[in-house]
Parts: sequence; structure tokens; C-alpha cells
Amino acid sequence: METRATRIGLWIWTTLVVLFLHIPIVIIVLYAFNASNVQGWPITDWTTKWFGPAIHNGEMQDALILSLKAGALATAIAIVLGTLAAFALYRASFFGRTMVSFLFVLPIALPGIITGMALNSYFTYWGQTFGLWTIVVGHATFCIVIVFNNVVARLRRMPASLTEASMDLGADGFQTFFHVTLPAISTALISGALLAFALSFDEVIVTTFTAGVQNTLPIWIFGNIRLGQQLPEVNVVVFLILLATIIPVVLAQRLTRESGILRTE
Amino acid sequence: MAGGGPSLRRARRRLSLPFWRHGWLRAVAELVPPVAWMTLIYVAAVAALFVYAFWGVDSFTGKVVHAWSLDNFRQIFESGAFRGVIWRTVYIAAAVTATCAVLAFPFAYFMARLASPRVRAMLFVLVLLPLWSSYLVRVYAWKVILAQDGILNWSLEQIGLPGANLGYSNWAMWLVFTYIWLPFMILPVFAALERIPHSYIEASRDLGASGFTTMRRVILPLALPGIVAGSIFTFSLTLGDYITPTLVGGAGSTFIGNIVYSTGLGVSGNLPFAAAFAAIPVVIMGIYLTLAKRTGAFDAL
Amino acid sequence: MRRIKLRYVALALVAVTLAAPAAGISKTGANEGKLTMIAWEGYLDPSWVKPFEQQSGCKIQAKYAGSSDEMVTLMRSGGGGQYDMVSASGDASLRLVYGGDVAAVDVKKVPGWKQFFKTFQSPPNNTVKGKHYGISLQWGPNTLLYNTKKVTPAPTSVSVLYSPKFKGKITVPNNPIQIADAALYLSKTKPSLGIKDPYELNKTQFAATIALLKQQRPLVKKYWGLASDEISLFKNGDVTVGASWPYTTGALQAAKVPVKELIPKEGATGWLDTWMLSAKAKHPNCAYAWYGYISSPKVQAMQATTYGETPVNKLACSYMNKLSKGSCALYHANAPESYYASIKFWKTPVADCGNGKKDCMDYSKWVTAWNEVVS
Repeated sequence: METRATRIGLWIWTTLVVLFLHIPIVIIVLYAFNASNVQGWPITDWTTKWFGPAIHNGEMQDALILSLKAGALATAIAIVLGTLAAFALYRASFFGRTMVSFLFVLPIALPGIITGMALNSYFTYWGQTFGLWTIVVGHATFCIVIVFNNVVARLRRMPASLTEASMDLGADGFQTFFHVTLPAISTALISGALLAFALSFDEVIVTTFTAGVQNTLPIWIFGNIRLGQQLPEVNVVVFLILLATIIPVVLAQRLTRESGILRTE
Repeated sequence: MAGGGPSLRRARRRLSLPFWRHGWLRAVAELVPPVAWMTLIYVAAVAALFVYAFWGVDSFTGKVVHAWSLDNFRQIFESGAFRGVIWRTVYIAAAVTATCAVLAFPFAYFMARLASPRVRAMLFVLVLLPLWSSYLVRVYAWKVILAQDGILNWSLEQIGLPGANLGYSNWAMWLVFTYIWLPFMILPVFAALERIPHSYIEASRDLGASGFTTMRRVILPLALPGIVAGSIFTFSLTLGDYITPTLVGGAGSTFIGNIVYSTGLGVSGNLPFAAAFAAIPVVIMGIYLTLAKRTGAFDAL
Repeated sequence: MRRIKLRYVALALVAVTLAAPAAGISKTGANEGKLTMIAWEGYLDPSWVKPFEQQSGCKIQAKYAGSSDEMVTLMRSGGGGQYDMVSASGDASLRLVYGGDVAAVDVKKVPGWKQFFKTFQSPPNNTVKGKHYGISLQWGPNTLLYNTKKVTPAPTSVSVLYSPKFKGKITVPNNPIQIADAALYLSKTKPSLGIKDPYELNKTQFAATIALLKQQRPLVKKYWGLASDEISLFKNGDVTVGASWPYTTGALQAAKVPVKELIPKEGATGWLDTWMLSAKAKHPNCAYAWYGYISSPKVQAMQATTYGETPVNKLACSYMNKLSKGSCALYHANAPESYYASIKFWKTPVADCGNGKKDCMDYSKWVTAWNEVVS
């Protein structure tokens, strides 16, 4: 189909892009073992001494737990709201549909600093104390669109005959939803949830404006980059997180693969 | 939830029937929570912020004065330096988008149409994994690579080439932004390419088109919504960023986000001015999104 | 019965009197058990925070900010009252005072205050009309830093920062208050402008200073925002001369980079940090406990040598030398009063020039002009 030359060219291109994407990751891992706490090149002394302090760093642990909590809550809210909206809009082609899609895209389309500053003044205006829930509200707002898009795409591919058949067999709306529709979109939900969680976990701009006394992990990282004295610890933490996330990402990939992506029909 | 007793079943049926009969009723009920969330929280907050753009600041006390005027906008557009900032942000965002598209397309094509399922799965993981390592730390890694005595110059030195003076410059920012947003371009393009039925390509070939023509007239137009969807991410994320210019930008690398950040904070900061400046990327994205809608990109997000 | 009681009471009083100066804590009521603070990175190091928490029972919750502007925003977030204290620098402190965000502090309740150098007891950047809005913490000069191998002979004047000889190898802080440094330089090179106070500039003086900064712009490699930026810039050879802090010099020398700093002959600006108390603080007793602790000579010395700055307490000098030999002299912690008086400490520019006229450029004009210069 494609010529041999094209195939080889594409293989090379793909490999180069993969290398491009991962060179900084390799650098991060290398510097986790750097003895000096100033990041210069070449690295002269190698050590694992940063691993202990990094893992036992109380501030880091608090920040990590807060990031996980906020991410989970924001993703949960995004799943509920995004799925509701997806169900409402995937079939109907009424005027409001594009308007609503536009509405959901806004938090990602507009610069994060605007979202952050706007939410900050808004919360201050309502006298809201800044804390876990202000962070969650901020994150959920831009995570909705991720889940929404994934579920809509999946729903469009699902034949309507499935729900009709379920109804014909005597199931009411709720049963149809739980036994037929939900399993069909489950993989879309999972991939949407994973991407939303990743976005929330790494978000720093909006969180700077909506967090209270506590720090999320990216804010802790930013603080250390500012201080400049504990950079190797930051590299260690990022390295360990990368290792920890390989498994969920691979799992999610396997799940979404099985959803049967139409290819040749 | 097998059945739950006859009375419960009846109640559920009675509840779900009107929603089935009047599909629009169900759609509205489903829409209310998410739309309410977005309008009451997000839209209200952002609108409230932009009202500030038309107000001023008392230069003596530093407090906001509710006097309606276009002075902030005038101040921005009359200043050569600020116009330069806007122009720089836009053209670097455009350059980053173009580069991401060029890099992503062959990669996504390979992933969608040439790779075996196992290779595809592996590539997926490889593309998503960097997103899980902190954005900040990845940008910082580039700082080390591009510095004067950094890895890039060291490598060039090893093979006898002169060092590149890339650190702390617009070139560095272009490179780093392209790197950071590349996964966001790859995924939608991949999704779009994957949806193209193989029969289209075969038909095109049967009609006598060469590979190149098939690419130009069949594949590319069908992949366009995916490219545009990816470009929404790369363009808007670059347009509003202030962290990368701070970390790897040089003396002439100020972005819109930097100005908004430095003037928007603090009691004597100038929130009206910051809001006016912040309105500019919003308007730009508004135009961009309207154009993107026409290409059907929203369906490909 | 009464006699026994009296004995116990007397013993208790003696115990408290002996304990209080040692800990530097002055009780004004029961400690609330918690203290929320906004601080510069490195200002709440566990080595002095942990002993405080044990002594006072006040657990500290810290939020780190990277700029004075962020600190001001944080103080006002959630309607104020979320944070009890903030370690504000001189370019932010007056803004907090005029904004009503901070409360007046009773210096009589802080034993260490009497031991401060005169300059730091009631400096203009935290004392307004005789009222103290905070207790001075530590200070540092804005120095001239250069790479000893690449910049020879050693410079003595800040003119190197404006010299085309070092084009593309210069760095200065990205902070509107830098205008004052340029103004200070101009006050010596162009005395006809009549600049007396680099923070009080009228229109002409301001315009001349901005013109100088615009001339400098093509020579600058990067305007550093974070101290770690400057550290990387010097370490990786991107710059060879710049405006800096002793903290940066210390970090670079520890990393074996050949740099030296000096205070140029034109004089220097400096930053003075103040611990300020929120007007809506929820834990004032813990706050006063902190004031007493952080102003005591031993803790002042600890912070100074760990972070790389100079204490405001006269008696900290000997403790500094115990922690790090020669550090007292290195950081000018035992200089005569006149030395401190000569440093032009940061303060927020306001329109009221203090000489009857009200035509000085205020801080919002500084910010706009600075942004135009660096854009």
C-alpha cells in the first residue's frame, strides 16, 4: 500500500519523535542521582542520597496526598457532569449543542491565568475560604470537557439498536442505563477519567490562585524550583511518580484497546 | 439490580417513561447540572473579571475606581512595547502549532495505520507517559539542556561543532512549547486518522490516484478536524502561558501571560489593566474557535 | 496553708522568669496551637521551626510565595484572615499597611526588639506615624556579582551592568523596584537631575531612569525572577556579571563556581523583610510567641547563616561566628549604625514625596514602566 521507502521513513520519524519526547525524562532521571544540588553539566558525582530525604519529606507527602485527593474528587465531579452532558447532546442536533460544546471548551481554551484570577476574585467575593474544595472546583471545571468529549465520541459509535433492543426486552430506562449503556461507555469513561486526572494532578497555574494554605504537588515542586536548593529531591519525586504511573497508564491502554475501535469498515 | 420487587419496578417505570416519550425532557434534565455549574461558577467568574477591564485604578491609593472607560485598552495599544508583546505571543503560538502539526502528523499516521496493535499500544503509553511527569520539571530539564555549558552545547562540542546560543531566547521557548504540547496534538490527529475507513483509501486508489494525491485529497481533508482540534490546545495553551517564558525565556521573551501575572497581583497591582490585557487572548481564541467550529473540529476533540 | 501556697507561687514565678528570656517567649495569653504563615522559601526551615513548635505548642502551617506581589494577593485571599503572618519585603510592606491588611504590633511585647540596630527598629517600610506594623526580620544588600575568571580586572562600579563590553552576559532582577537601582546609579553619574531618594522620583527623574534602563535592555541576557535562575545562569556560563543577593553568592561558591560579590562604590539598595501580623489573624498569641522567638539573637544567627542574609539583632554576631566562622563580618552583621543607614532599603514608592509635593511616581507607574522596559 504505502511504498517501502515511505514505511521506513515513517518508522524513523516515529522513533525520532519518541526520542524527542523522552530525552528530558531521561535527564530528569539522571539528575535524580546527581550529587550536587545545582544542576550543571556534566554530572561529576553520582549518588542515591537524595532518595531518603525526598521520600520522607513531610511537606512533599502532604502535597502529594492533597494532589491525589483533589484529583480524585475533581475527576469524579467531571465524570458525573461530563457524562450527563454527553448523554444530552450526542444525538440531538439542536441549536444549543454547539453553544454548549463551546461552553465546556472555554476553561481549556482560555489561558489558565484568567481562569485562576477569575475564580480567585469570585471566591473572595463570596467569602469562601480557600482550601481543598476551591481547588477541586477549579480543576473539575476544566476536566468536564475531557470526559465529555470522550463519552460523546463513544456514544456516537454505539448503535441505537442496543438501547432499543433492551427496551423491547422489557427493561425500563434505569435498567437499560446500568446494564447496557454504562458498560458500553465504560472504557471511554476510564480513558477520559485518566486524562482528566493527569491534567488535574499536574495543574499549577489555576491551582496557585485557588489553593489555600496547603500546597498541591506541582506547587511544592514550583516552590523548590524557586528555592533551587533541593532540586535533586524534586527529580527523585518526579522519577518515582513516573514509575508509579506506568502501571495505570498501561492498564488503561489495554482497556481502551478492547473497546473495538472500528478500522476497516 | 435484578428487579427489586414489583412496586419498585413500577415506580421506576413510571419515572422513566415520560423521559423516554419526551426525549427533550431527558436532555434538559441531563443538561441542567453541568450547564449550571459552568455558567454559575466559571462564566460568572470570568465575566466579573472582564468587567474590571473597563474600570480604572486610583493612582494614589491603588484602589479600583468604578469609572467606565477604554483607557486600559488605549494604554495597551498605544504602547509599542505592549503591542510587541502581543505580536510575539501570537506568532510564537502559531509557530508552535505549525511545528506540532508537522511533527505529529506522520507519527499519528504511523500509529493509526501502519503500526501493529502491540506497537500502537506501546506508542500510546510512550506518548502519554511524559504527561505524568511534572510540566515544571520537564521545562526545567530543557533549561539544563540548552544552557551555555549545558548538554546540547557539550554534545555539539564533542562532534566538533560550535555551540548554539539557544538558552534564554525565543528559540528556546519555541522548542520547549513544541515539546510540551506535542502529545496534545498527537492524540486528536491519531483519533481522526484512525476513523478514516480503509475503503476510502482503496477506492481512491482504484480510481487511479497516486499515494501522494490520495494523501492530499482524501486523507488530509479527513484528518483536518483532528489537526484543528489539536491546534486549539497548542495555540491556546501557548497563548496563555507565563511559566515557560519565565523559566527559559530571555530578555525579550515576555508573553501576555507574564504581563497579566505581574500587573494583576497585589494591592497596588493594576487589576483593571491586567484584565484588559487578559481580554486580548480571550478575543483571539474566540475568533480562532469560531473558525475552528466551521471545520467540524469540535467533533474531533 | 497560706505560707505554703506563697512558697509555691514564688517558685513558679522564679521558674517562669528564668525560662522566659531563655526561650524568648512572651506570653500574652494561651497559645492557640496553630500559626499559618506566608513566607519566602527557606524562611521556615525545620531547624528553627521544630524547636519553636515544641516550646510554644504552636504548629506552623507554611505557604511559600515567590514574589512580594503574590504575598499581597495571598494575604487578601478569602477575605483576609486565612494567614496570620507574612514575611513581607520592603517593596510590599507599605502596600499591606495602606491596604489595611496588617495590624499594628506592640513592640513592648517582643523582648528582642530592644536589641535591634536603630535602623531596623522603626524603619520607614514598616513603621508609619510611629506605629509599628510588624517586626523587622533580616535584611540583605543588593550586591554586584561577577565571575572572577571572566571579568578582569575586578569591577568596582555598577557601571559594568550598563556596559556594552558585557553585552549578552548581564543579568538583573525582574522586579519593578530595580528602577531604584538605576536611579541610584544616575544620582551619582548625573547629579544635575537632583535625585536624592531613589524611591521618590518626579517625572523628569523617572523618565531619565527609564531611558537608562531601555539602553541597558539589549545588553541583558535574562531578567532573573527566581534566585535559582541566577544561580543557574552563573553556573552554566550564560552570564558573567549581574545584580544579586548574598544568598546567591553563597550557593554558587558552595557549588565551586568562581564568583565574588561586592557593594559597588555608588552604594547599594537593600531589602529588609518584616514579619507582619494580619489584621484578621486568628492566632495572635502564637504570633507573638513567634515574634519573640525569631527576634532572639540565637535564632537570628541561625536563620542568617542558613539562608544567607544579615540579622537585625545586634547580639546575633557572636552566635553567627559560632555557627559559621567569619560569617558575622562576611554578612556585615556587626557594622556601625552609619553603615546600615547608608543602604537605601526598599520601600514602596508613593506619590507623596514627603517634601510637600505630591508629584512623585507611585508604584503602579513603576510597574507599568518596568513592564514596558523588559517586554
